[in-house]
Amino acid sequence: MKAFIQIEHDAIQQQECVDAVRKHSSGAISVFIGTVRSATAGKTVKLLSFEAYEPMALKEMQKIADAASEKWPIDHVSIVHRVGELAIGEEAVVIAVSSPHRKEAFAACQFCIDTLKQTVPIWKKEVYEDGATWVAAHP
Amino acid sequence: MTSSRIILFGITREIVGQDELPMEVDGSSVAELKERLKGEYPDLGTLQYLAVAVNEEYANDDTIVHADDTIALIPPVSGG
Repeated sequence: MKAFIQIEHDAIQQQECVDAVRKHSSGAISVFIGTVRSATAGKTVKLLSFEAYEPMALKEMQKIADAASEKWPIDHVSIVHRVGELAIGEEAVVIAVSSPHRKEAFAACQFCIDTLKQTVPIWKKEVYEDGATWVAAHP
Repeated sequence: MTSSRIILFGITREIVGQDELPMEVDGSSVAELKERLKGEYPDLGTLQYLAVAVNEEYANDDTIVHADDTIALIPPVSGG
């Protein structure tokens, strides 16, 4: 299993993520794209600011790819997360998983994003017209 | 005893007011470290959780930290 793991400071190169998982024996590539949305709990979001503990985030992302590979018979994995300031509609994260059959590709792709949201040291701050909030920091 | 520097991320950086916090940690457990930090910066106790990374790995409360370890505070993550 090859893992293409990156923290990206500019716009994510979606095609590069997908191309990185291509394999002749793959019958499926499942892609998840996480995008910045405009509203949360009634407040209008101006932009999102993402920061990462980069060396640890890369390690945790690699662990996720390895775990997915243990759980399902997949071919390759890409996990790319962007950091910095993102406007509404921009892509924060792209995950691609290739496998011989689609069932495993879907399942592994979901596992990767679900686990990333639990374990990878990346933080999102929502910036409004009149303030900002670190998402999920407080109960 | 040499002073370590605790790297601060996200909201912990705003709570403490610095990117890094010098602290004498040699021989303390992660649990003790967190108690000291919450004592000095009570707002750290209001977070959903506060994890600690030692040498870029999540540490348990009973992990002992040493002066040459890289220590970081990991507030609730929100990637993706």
